[in-house]
Amino acid sequence: MTDTVDHAYKQRLKKRYAAEKRFRFYGVAALVLTALFLAYLLVDIVSKGWPAFFEHRAVISVALDPAKLDAANVATSDFDTLVKESWRAQFPEITTRVERKQLSGLLSQAAADDLKARVVADPTLIGKTVQTQVLLSDDADLYLKGFGDEADAELMQRVQKAVPVSQHFAWRFFTNGDSREPELAGLQGALVGSLLTVAIALGLGLPLGIAAAIYLEQFAPKNRWTDIIEVNINNLAAVPSIIFGLLGLAMFLNVFGLPRSAPLVGGLVLALLVLPTVIIASRAAIRAVPPSIREAALGVGASHQQAVFQHVLPLAFPGILTGAILGLARTFGETAPLLMIGMVAFIADVPKGITDAATVLPVQIFLWSDLPELAFQSKTAAAIIVLVGTLLALNGVAIYLRNKFERRW
Amino acid sequence: MDKTSSALITPPAPRVLTGSTMRISARDVNIYYGEKHAIKHLSVNIPDKAVSAFIGPSGCGKSTFLRAVNRMNDTIPSCRITGEIKMDGKNIYDPEVDVVQLRSHVGMVFQKPNPFPKSIYENVAYGPRIHGLARSKTDLDGIVESSLKKAGLFEEVKDRLTHSGTGLSGGQQQRLCIARAIAVNPEVILMDEPCSALDPIATARIEELIDELRQNFCIIIVTHSMQQAARVSQLTAFFHLGNLVEYGDTDEMFTRPQDKRTQDYITGRFG
Repeated sequence: MTDTVDHAYKQRLKKRYAAEKRFRFYGVAALVLTALFLAYLLVDIVSKGWPAFFEHRAVISVALDPAKLDAANVATSDFDTLVKESWRAQFPEITTRVERKQLSGLLSQAAADDLKARVVADPTLIGKTVQTQVLLSDDADLYLKGFGDEADAELMQRVQKAVPVSQHFAWRFFTNGDSREPELAGLQGALVGSLLTVAIALGLGLPLGIAAAIYLEQFAPKNRWTDIIEVNINNLAAVPSIIFGLLGLAMFLNVFGLPRSAPLVGGLVLALLVLPTVIIASRAAIRAVPPSIREAALGVGASHQQAVFQHVLPLAFPGILTGAILGLARTFGETAPLLMIGMVAFIADVPKGITDAATVLPVQIFLWSDLPELAFQSKTAAAIIVLVGTLLALNGVAIYLRNKFERRW
Repeated sequence: MDKTSSALITPPAPRVLTGSTMRISARDVNIYYGEKHAIKHLSVNIPDKAVSAFIGPSGCGKSTFLRAVNRMNDTIPSCRITGEIKMDGKNIYDPEVDVVQLRSHVGMVFQKPNPFPKSIYENVAYGPRIHGLARSKTDLDGIVESSLKKAGLFEEVKDRLTHSGTGLSGGQQQRLCIARAIAVNPEVILMDEPCSALDPIATARIEELIDELRQNFCIIIVTHSMQQAARVSQLTAFFHLGNLVEYGDTDEMFTRPQDKRTQDYITGRFG
C-alpha cells in the first residue's frame, strides 16, 4: 500500500519538476529569440547607417583668378564654373562631351559653396592658387564606400589615380538641413524641429498632466464625475495617435487657423497625446506614497495642501519623473499625428521659431526612406541611429535621475 | 445594564491625581462609516494630566473615537459624525473651528512609526515652522532640542540631527514621532497603538516616556495590550461594539470591573 502511494507521489513530483523545467526553458528561449531579433536589427541598422556619417573629398588646386572673381563682391561671384573648370583641368585627357558630363557629375554642388565660404572669410586669397578640398557627389561617394554602381567604375579609377581622395567625418550631416542631394542632406532641420516640438509638447503636457494627477489623486471628491473623468483618461491613453493628428488638423489648423507644418501645432498635438500617459504615471506615483506620511503631516497640523506639496509630492517625484521621461520618449518618437498636420513636407531650411515650417526626426526618417537614391538608404539608417541613440540617452538620464532622487521610507 | 444611550460617563478622580480638570467632554457622539454605525451615543469626560487607555476588541470603535478628537476622520470621505466633542468648552466640530489649528493643540502618534523621510531636525522642526512658533533659528533650535529631550531621544541623536529620521531604529523613530507631536506644544496627545510595531525593550522605553509626559499633557492611548493599559494608564475605557461600556480608574477596572462584558474581556473570555 505505502509502496503505491509512494510511487504515485514520486510520479507527481517528477511531473511538477518537469513542468517547471519546461517553463524555464520557454522563458530562456523567448529571451534568446528577442535578443537575436534585437541584435539583427541593430547590426543591420548600424552597418547600413555607419557609412553615412562619412563623406569623401578630393584635393585639387584652384587658381582664384581675380579676373573671374569680383573681389568687392565675393559672395555673388561664380565659384561654380571656377571649381568645375579646375576639376576638369585635373583630367586633361577627358574631352568627349559625355565623359565630361560624367566627370562633372562626380563633384557635389557643395564643392563650390565650400570654397566660396573660405574666400569670403579670407578675401586675401584672391589672386593666389589654393589647394582645396572638394566634396564628391553621392555617386562617387558610394562607389568609394564599396557599394552602388551609379558612378562609372573606369572613370572613378582614373579620378583616384589623378587626385588624392580621402574620407572625412561628415559634420554637415548634423549641420545641414534637408536636401535633394543625398551628400548634402542633413539632420539639423529635423533635430531643431524635434527639439521645438518636444519642448512645446512637454512644456504644456507636463504641468497640465501633473497638476491634473495631483488634483484627481489628492483633492478631488470621489463621485460619479471623477469616475467618468478617470475612465476617459484611461481610454484616451489607448486612442491611436493618428486620431490626435486628425483632431489637431480639425482644431488647431481649421478652427484656430494656426500655421501648417509648424512645431507649435505639432507640440500642441503631442501635448494632448502625452497628457493621459503623464496623468496615469503621475497618479500611480502619488498613490504609491504611503498614506502614513500624509497622516503624519496632517497630524502635526499641516493643511491639506501643505501635506501634499511638502510631503507627498517630494516622495512621488521620482515616479512622476519616470512618467515625464516616458512621455518625452513618446513625443520624440511619434510620427503619425504629425503627418496629419503637415509636418511631412520637404523643408530645406532649419526652422528659426515655433511657427516656421519644420519636420521632426522620425518624420525625416519616413521621408528619406521613401526616396529613390541609393545614398538615402544609408542616410535613413544613420538618422535611425541618431534617433535611437537620443532615446537611449534620454532613458539613461531618466534612470539616473530616478535612482538619485529615490528615497526609502 | 445597557448604559449606552447617552449616559454620561465621568470617571471618578483617579487616586493618583488630585484637582485635575476635564480636558475633553464628548456629548452623544455618533460616528458612521457609510452605513456602519461605528460609535454609538458616546458621552464621556476625559481629564487633563492623566493617561487614559482605550481598550476593547478589534473593530469596537476605540481608534475611531480617538481619531475623532483631532478630526483625523475628516480625511475619510464616507465618515460622518453627530453630537459634539468639546475641548476647553469649545465644540471642535463647530464650523468656526479651524482644523489645522485644532491639530496643533491635539498631537497624534500613529501605530507605525512614520517619520518624514527628512533629517531628524526637520522632522521636529516642521510643526513649529508651519505654525510660526519660532521667531528665529535659535528659537527653533531650542524647540527642537527641548522636544527631543522631552521625548528622551536627544542624547541618542544629538550628534546626527542632520541624518535621516528613517535611519533610526523602530523605537527611536516612534520617540521621534512623539517629539514631533509635542514640538507644537499641544494640550492633548493621542496615541494609536504606539507600541504595536516595537520590541519589548523599545516598548518599555515608550511607556516610561508616556508616564513622564503625563505631567504636562492629557494623553489618550489606544492599546490592545491589557498589561500595557494597566502599566501606563490611570484611567481605562472599555469599548465594545461601538459602545463605551465602562470608564474608570485603571486599578479598579482590572480588579473589580462593573460590567459583565468588561470582565469577560479582561479575563480573556472573548476578544
